[in-house]
Amino acid sequence: MYNKGTIIPGLIIFVLFVTFPIWFNGLSAGDLPKPELPAEGTQCVRPAGEMRESHMQLLNEWRDNVLRDGNRSYVEVGGKKYRKGLQMACMECHTSKEKFCDTCHEYASVKPYCWDCHLTPTEAASKKETH
Amino acid sequence: MDKQRRKFLKLAGASALAGIGAPAVVKLTASNAVASSAPDAGHGAAPAAHGDSHEAAPSGVRLGMVFDMRAFEKDPKLLEGAITACNSAHNIPHFEDRKREIKWIWKAPFEGVFTDHSVYHSGKLVKETAFPVTCNHCDDPPCVRACPTQATFKLETNGIVAMDYHRCIGCRFCMAACPYGARSFNWQDPRPYIKNYNSSFPSRMKGVVEKCNFCGERLALGQEPACVEACKGTGAVVFGDLNDPKSEISKLLDKEFTIQRKTNLGTKPSVFYIV
Repeated sequence: MYNKGTIIPGLIIFVLFVTFPIWFNGLSAGDLPKPELPAEGTQCVRPAGEMRESHMQLLNEWRDNVLRDGNRSYVEVGGKKYRKGLQMACMECHTSKEKFCDTCHEYASVKPYCWDCHLTPTEAASKKETH
Repeated sequence: MDKQRRKFLKLAGASALAGIGAPAVVKLTASNAVASSAPDAGHGAAPAAHGDSHEAAPSGVRLGMVFDMRAFEKDPKLLEGAITACNSAHNIPHFEDRKREIKWIWKAPFEGVFTDHSVYHSGKLVKETAFPVTCNHCDDPPCVRACPTQATFKLETNGIVAMDYHRCIGCRFCMAACPYGARSFNWQDPRPYIKNYNSSFPSRMKGVVEKCNFCGERLALGQEPACVEACKGTGAVVFGDLNDPKSEISKLLDKEFTIQRKTNLGTKPSVFYIV
C-alpha cells in the first residue's frame, strides 16, 4: 500500500469525526423523556404503545376524516365521547402541551407544526372568551 | 434498394392520406349516427355543460343560504352582529389595514356586491343598506379547479366548498380564481390580532388562504351556522338544503324572487338575496 502513513491516520480521523455524535456524550443517549400523563383515566384512544408509535398517522387520519370525508363521528374512550381533533380530543386529557407533547418532541428533535394553527391549552386560556 | 424505397414512399403516402382523412370520416359518421338515432344520455347532458342553465342538478344535499335584505334594512345592527358572531366563532383576526383584512362574512354596498346589476334609479334599500357577502359555496367552484394541492375542495356530502389548511401552500391561485373576493390571505401571523379565542377551533397561520366554511364544525354538532344563529328570529338569514323541496330555504326560494351574484359566470352560487 502506498502512502500508508497518511491514509490510515486519515481514515481513523474520518471515522472518529463521523461518529462524533455517538461518543461525544459518553455513549449515552441522555435522560429519557418523561411525559406527564393525565392524572385521571388510564385509557387513551389506542393502546399506549400504538399511540407512541403512530399518533401522527392517527392525527392525519382524523384530519382527513373531519375535513375531507365529512366524517366527524365521535371517538369514545372510557364511556366519554370526544370530537376528533387535537384541541377537542387529545388536549382534553393531556392538558399541557409543554409537559406532554414537547418532552418527547424535544428529545427526538422533531418540530411538528400542529401548533402554528391549533391552540395549545395555554394559548387558548391566554385570550379566553369572557361572555 | 430502389425498389424498397418506392415501396416505402407509397406506404407513407397512403398512411398520410388515411391520417388526414380519418377525422373527417369519423365526424361525418358520428353526426349521422346522432341524427338518425334518438339522443343518448351523453349528448342530452351537453347543453347543460355549456352553462346555459343555472339550475343545479337536484341530487344529494346542497347547502345554501338566503339573505333577506328586508330584515337587514329594518335592523341595521343585525349584520354587524352576524359578522361578530362569525369572527369570534372562527378566531378571525382584526387588522386595521384593509390590505391585510381577513373576512369570512363582511358587508359591502349593493353596487359592490352585484356588479352586473344596474343601479340607476335604485330604491332606498339598495342605496342605504349594507349587503352581507360571504363565500357562495358554488356548485361549480372555480377556486377548486385552480388549487394545485387540492387544499380546497367541494364536499360531495353537502356541497360545502371547504379548505384543508394543512395542505394550503399559499399560492393564492384560488383568490385569483374566485370572482366574489371571498378568500383572504394571511400576510402575517394572525394570532396577535385575535381578540378572544374560541378554544374548540384552530386559528390559521401565516401564508395560508382562508374563507367561510358554512360552519361545518357547528353543523356537525347540530347547530346552525354562527351568522344564522346571530340573526335568529328575524328571518334575515335562512340556511338549509337547496335540493330538499321541503326545507325552509326551498320554500322561501319558491315563494320569493331572489338574485345571486354574477350568475353569468356559471359558477352556480348557493347564496341568494331577497332585495
